[in-house]
Amino acid sequence: MSDIVEKTLTALPGLFLQNQSVGGPAGVKASFSSRLGGLVRGITALTSKHEEEKLIQQELSNLKATVSAPTTTLKMMKECMVRLIYCEMLGYDASFGYIHAIKLAQQGNLLEKRVGYLAVSLFLHESHELLLLLVNTVVKDLQSTNLVEVCMALTIVSQIFPREMIPAVLPLIEDKLQHSKEIIRRKAVLALYKFHLIAPNQVQHIHIKFRKALCDRDVGVMAASLHIYFRMIKENSSGYKDLTGSFVTILKQVVGGKLPVDFNYHSVPAPWLQIQLLRILGLLGKDDQRTSELMYDVLDESLRRAELNHNVTYAILFECVHTVYSIYPKSELLEKAAKCIGKFVLSPKINLKYLGLKALTYVIQQDPTLALQHQMTIIECLDHPDPIIKRETLELLYRITNAQNITVIVQKMLEYLHQSKEEYIIVNLVGKIADVLVLNTVDTYAPDNAWFIQTMNAVFSVGGDVMHPDIPNNFLRLLAEGFDDETEDQQLRLYAVQSYLTLLDVENVFYPQKFLQVMSWVLGEYSYLLDKDTPEEVLTKLYKLLMNDSVSSETKAWLIAAVTKLTPQAHSSNIVERLIQEFTISLDTCMRQHAFELKHLRENLELMKSLLPVDKSCEDMVVDASLSFLDGFVAEELSQGAAPYKPHHQRQEEKLSQEKVLNFEPYGLSFSSSGFTGRQSPAGISLGSDLSGNSAETGLKETNSLKLEGIKKLWGKEGYLPKKEGKTGDETEALPVPQESIIMENVDQTITKKDQCQVLTQSKEEKEKQLLASSLFVGLGSESTINLLGKADTVSHKFRRKSKVKETKSGETSSAHNITCSYFSSSSNATYEDDYYLDTLQDREDKELNKFSLNSELLDSESLTELPSVEKLSNCKLSSPSLFTDNNMEGFHPSQPTAPSVANETSLASSLLEETSEHMHSDLVEVCHNETISMSSYKIWKDDCLLMVWSVSNKSGLELKSANLEIAPAEYFKITEQPGCCLPVIEAESIKTFQYNVQMEKPFTDGNLTGFINYQMMDTHSVQLEFSVNLSLLDFIRPLKISTENFGKLWLSFANDVKQNVKVSESQAALSSALKTLQQKLRLHVVEIIGNEGLLACQLLPSIPCLLHFRVHGDVLALWFRSSCSSLPDYLLYQCQKVMEGS
Amino acid sequence: MQFMLLFSRQGKLRLQKWYVPLSDKEKKKITRELVQTVLARKPKMCSFLEWRDLKIVYKRYASLYFCCAIEDQDNELITLEIIHRYVELLDKYFGSVCELDIIFNFEKAYFILDEFLLGGEVQETSKKNVLKAIEQADLLQEGGAEAEGERESLKQTPY
Repeated sequence: MSDIVEKTLTALPGLFLQNQSVGGPAGVKASFSSRLGGLVRGITALTSKHEEEKLIQQELSNLKATVSAPTTTLKMMKECMVRLIYCEMLGYDASFGYIHAIKLAQQGNLLEKRVGYLAVSLFLHESHELLLLLVNTVVKDLQSTNLVEVCMALTIVSQIFPREMIPAVLPLIEDKLQHSKEIIRRKAVLALYKFHLIAPNQVQHIHIKFRKALCDRDVGVMAASLHIYFRMIKENSSGYKDLTGSFVTILKQVVGGKLPVDFNYHSVPAPWLQIQLLRILGLLGKDDQRTSELMYDVLDESLRRAELNHNVTYAILFECVHTVYSIYPKSELLEKAAKCIGKFVLSPKINLKYLGLKALTYVIQQDPTLALQHQMTIIECLDHPDPIIKRETLELLYRITNAQNITVIVQKMLEYLHQSKEEYIIVNLVGKIADVLVLNTVDTYAPDNAWFIQTMNAVFSVGGDVMHPDIPNNFLRLLAEGFDDETEDQQLRLYAVQSYLTLLDVENVFYPQKFLQVMSWVLGEYSYLLDKDTPEEVLTKLYKLLMNDSVSSETKAWLIAAVTKLTPQAHSSNIVERLIQEFTISLDTCMRQHAFELKHLRENLELMKSLLPVDKSCEDMVVDASLSFLDGFVAEELSQGAAPYKPHHQRQEEKLSQEKVLNFEPYGLSFSSSGFTGRQSPAGISLGSDLSGNSAETGLKETNSLKLEGIKKLWGKEGYLPKKEGKTGDETEALPVPQESIIMENVDQTITKKDQCQVLTQSKEEKEKQLLASSLFVGLGSESTINLLGKADTVSHKFRRKSKVKETKSGETSSAHNITCSYFSSSSNATYEDDYYLDTLQDREDKELNKFSLNSELLDSESLTELPSVEKLSNCKLSSPSLFTDNNMEGFHPSQPTAPSVANETSLASSLLEETSEHMHSDLVEVCHNETISMSSYKIWKDDCLLMVWSVSNKSGLELKSANLEIAPAEYFKITEQPGCCLPVIEAESIKTFQYNVQMEKPFTDGNLTGFINYQMMDTHSVQLEFSVNLSLLDFIRPLKISTENFGKLWLSFANDVKQNVKVSESQAALSSALKTLQQKLRLHVVEIIGNEGLLACQLLPSIPCLLHFRVHGDVLALWFRSSCSSLPDYLLYQCQKVMEGS
Repeated sequence: MQFMLLFSRQGKLRLQKWYVPLSDKEKKKITRELVQTVLARKPKMCSFLEWRDLKIVYKRYASLYFCCAIEDQDNELITLEIIHRYVELLDKYFGSVCELDIIFNFEKAYFILDEFLLGGEVQETSKKNVLKAIEQADLLQEGGAEAEGERESLKQTPY
């Protein structure tokens, strides 16, 4: 059919060729409208790529002359733009026209402007510098009274807009949200969506307006707002749970056909809207029973209504199934969803079959029986002619791999691997094979040594150098660390050695470099296991490889290391000698060094043997880090008058001080971030201690102990995290067992029945398939379900990795941790926090204070702090309203549900507050609760960090076990656990606290920190509660106390600045009141006030300084921020504007 | 959606819209690879492709391939319907659209696309509303779509 098109096109080249000679601005105007047509026809007439290029180059040079000629009218320009777009689409560079596209958008009439904007959107990208020139045009058009112009401006903004210019158009676009035309409102919402994607903090303050858009009377506007909500909920679902009801209602209306008929698509009501809502509900209901319960009805209805046999209903069904399996499970719905999946899988339409497999892959871990139901279809798909179907099937099988079916599944994967050529697929698949082959898990499913090594050989040969570097590393570690059984391990290693030697015997085969590296390591370590092959033989093979030109120099380094290991074992060493001769003159310096090392080591065989012990790759080496064996040498040298050694930093300092002596004009001190902390901590300047009137000593102690924690945490994180993960994983997996096994028994019965009926009529081919099925799905039967979940020992688990490895590792870290403590010679301080916990516990009962005394205490501590309003500010204004509206600090109000918990909370708060009275802190706010526990949190603004304290009070009369608090890793925050965070037991009616140190990784306005707590009740039933806490930039800002002189120096050294004029009310116009606001609410340190100008300084923890210069003119406040960090001034300015407007 | 490409059975690009910022070099590479892969597929094969970490959803209408790239968690079937709705819109606007309409009036095809999808998300699903917006902007436009040679409707022959 397209041949016809082709013919049509070729028939018309004559037209164009006539026009071609007419170039330049003087070209005939009348022919302009068909110039594109001419170009298209001309191109089609050509036969070779070369001719096309020539033609287009000529066209482009004509265009270049035309667009830059002053006589070119805008109308002609519009025509030129269209042709330029066409040339760019064909892959030619038309960048000379970009600026003219912008001009056209700026100057043209409506039609020309439209083409100008289109060209801009197609030519430029977000960070193109020319885009800045468009901003003015956009601003002008946004203010236009012509609807079409406004629409065009909004359309371009929603596609590309420079991020830094958002403030210029934001107010205009916000206004458009109230526009009377729905199309304008809709586009404005989408423009804000774009802003949310590229600069989320810029649109934070208009979240409330998004809610308005969600309630818009126009369906289009409402649907557009869902894009924003989907994003925001994906980032932080806990903040929007209150909207669940609204989404459910909207979906009900849509499903019920309440929308205008316009929105129907093939008589299905607004499918896009339905799908978007389903996806949002899936996110909201995830792991949240209460929220999920709200949506069960509407999901049920959606499943029921979508019965029409059309693609679009299948799209909705698929999304429904996805949502049902994402949210808190409900068995009825799951049953219906499973039926739906069946419809997909069994459909003759290939697209639906694909999605069926995709859905199965998604749900298979929750419900392995589904795989059993569809096993025959899966087998068929495994040999499907379409590779995409095949691949999705493998993905599915990968999820159900277990000890019994691993050989078949891995074989299928390897088959696919051998056929595929695309690198991305190879890397992906090789990773999966390696994954099921143990490398990432504790147990392996591999049935025997030979199979394991051979499969790995295949993986290494095919995956070669593109695979993930972890794969060879993990494989080698596995070999070295071994499993429980030592003789097994030796056999495995021996087999590996033998297999590699055989592989190396084959002539003219090239193995990937990574594979050669693996071989050389294994041969170097484990060749001693061979009885007959003397090391000489292995050495010969290694030597051959070393002399091979196709081997990379990195691999050669591995090879020579292997040779070095084998040398002490060899009796005669002709080869080694030859090798040394060869490489001591090598041009590769690295190889030369290795050769020389080997040469010298060989001279002292005893030393060499002790240096390269056999089979000790897993033993830890004891290294004398203090180099004490050199003491004698040093003493001798010193006595002979050598200069004593000075560490690098000392020399540096001396050099610097010398420079100072020589210089008449002193240089400014270098104010690197480390310079700051260095200068600050010894002075013991801490806001808390200063203000509360404590002695400087406590301040010093604070800084010391806090610094120490920072170091400890680093170790703690590595040491403890993996353990915890394993535990939670087990718990969640263990739950669904009983239910599943029942279903599975049924299924098994039906399947066996079916089998019996079919036996007679089975053809040979079918028999094969059955056989394959039984081998693939063998692990999924009822008796082995537990096995699937990784618990049973019924099958031959050949390898079980030693658990000892992990233990020793954590041992190492803890000892390292001790070393660091003593190194800082203040271990007494290190236990400071622990003691304080103990105190809290012991004193708890004594301190069951009633709320009145606490209140007074609170007041006391407040009066001690300089800035009492900070905590209120951050609680009331910056925290997300949905979370805190009701619970704000009301732990102290009598309206709290249970009396004991009130008492507990207050006692806890009081004891903690006592300890932290020298620091400022926020109020205790409840973040989540259920019938058993109630969890509250508050912030302590320490001088060098933000300390988040979560306190869990057990309201029940039962003991809670393995309480565990986990904070989800957040993009902007670095979170480190304080000591004593994992609690094995929470006694009945008691309170425990968790403390986390939070640092801001990079500046931003505010964000949520989410996490969950889980614990076990007496009946081993595990419960998990989610919570989230809002953190603001201000939580991380501390005053920076510097002198005016230093301020001046710093000011000049900072490159990033932001200026802004802020209008303030009359009352604030006075310098002093503005100053007070800044000082109190932003925690800025007032450096000096000169006339109507003020200098202030602060730092973002840990030590990013930011300076503020401001001047008052009447009711305008000129703010000028500077910092070493590029984004910090912007954010501070934003906060500053907020407090100025707010007060 | 990450991007949308329209290309002919000969592998000639007819329309491209990128919703993610990529360099020209990358765009060219992606286009070349995808056109090759899609054209190599047989008619009975599935309309979805896994390509790098993206899903490609494509559909052929007469001699023209419509091809969209979405993320893995997006819904493939509804993307197919997005393509179909776009064809419907083109069809309604041009009146039984054919490849030639798109070649010679590709800027109109872009305008329609921008009213339907904005920034990679569905902007307006009501056919009436999309066309109303286009007509509003077209009001001042002189002349209509010119008819060229033999027309082969895209919509009448979906593959």
